[in-house]
Amino acid sequence: MRRSVLRHGVGLLLTGMLLGTNPVVATTQEPSDSVAALEALTSKVAAQLRCPVCQGLSIQDSPTELALEMRAVIRDQLAEGRTPEEVKAYFVSKYGEWILLEPKPEGFNLAVYALPIAGLLVGAGALVLSVRRWTKQGGAGVAEGMVGDLPE
Amino acid sequence: MNWKRSVIAVAVIVPVIVLFWYGLSLDPRTIPSPLPGQPAPEFTLKLMDPPEGVGERGEVYTATAIGADAASAGTVSLAELRGKVVVLNFWASWCLACRDEHTALSEVATLYRDRGVVFYGVLYNDTPEPARRWIEEMGGQSYPTLLDPGSRTAIDYGLYGVPETFFIDPEGKVAYKHIGPVTRALLMQKLDEILAAGGEGT
Repeated sequence: MRRSVLRHGVGLLLTGMLLGTNPVVATTQEPSDSVAALEALTSKVAAQLRCPVCQGLSIQDSPTELALEMRAVIRDQLAEGRTPEEVKAYFVSKYGEWILLEPKPEGFNLAVYALPIAGLLVGAGALVLSVRRWTKQGGAGVAEGMVGDLPE
Repeated sequence: MNWKRSVIAVAVIVPVIVLFWYGLSLDPRTIPSPLPGQPAPEFTLKLMDPPEGVGERGEVYTATAIGADAASAGTVSLAELRGKVVVLNFWASWCLACRDEHTALSEVATLYRDRGVVFYGVLYNDTPEPARRWIEEMGGQSYPTLLDPGSRTAIDYGLYGVPETFFIDPEGKVAYKHIGPVTRALLMQKLDEILAAGGEGT
């Protein structure tokens, strides 16, 4: 019973998050009641763009003058009805792809996405091989000893 | 067995070292600009000091350096400057490197005035009061400065610091972007290049 309530709660939370962050929902609302939505969407776009005068900070997180002005540009463009993608494209056209905190998954950039997974797989493979080798060499005794050492 | 391990170790470590070598040799502050070769972003900006108020101190910048229409309106827009080479220098009174390049800019602006080259300063994150004091302290500026409230034009130009100088050719394309203080030699070399290219075209 408790588990099902929990599951429902999580489900609701997830739908809420999806609705809240969905740009399409946010932009199609009436301008009058979309002030908060516009602000949220501005923050969301600003969080994906790199602050040009900082080291590794997004426009959203930076307190610098330029970042605040860029936020204003994002807000104005969104208010004019541009989509988040169009706003990002504007900044890319001015600052290059450098401005995107998350590189586009194409070409050489794919390495950024593929390498961690590849590393994980290789690591897991190595681990499996090593564990097999250890257990073959009579590692059972070691394992028992370790159980005794574990805290409660 | 040991040689196998060494081979694996080398195969893992060498690419990492090469990557670090490459990565650490890059300057994280250089941002590649996509603007050179592209049409310069249009702007219409107010003059900090419209020419009417100038002349008492005998500065050389007057309506002759600016378009006559622009002078009367007190604003300058890039579209009006088509056919001229435009040097756009973003500066601020709080910017130290701007002091280094100021004399060069003022001198070269005067030198190239009769060759269809106009210079404009654009004030970046600064207000007219300290800017005017700065100009006075530096012994004048031979070209007008424009105001850019909210840094809209600066962001349009992909600016991330001052000084940055944009060279715009007669067709309105960004011919060259310089980050950091410019020198006399660089200004003259780039202007000669752009003027020569423009001469061939017409």
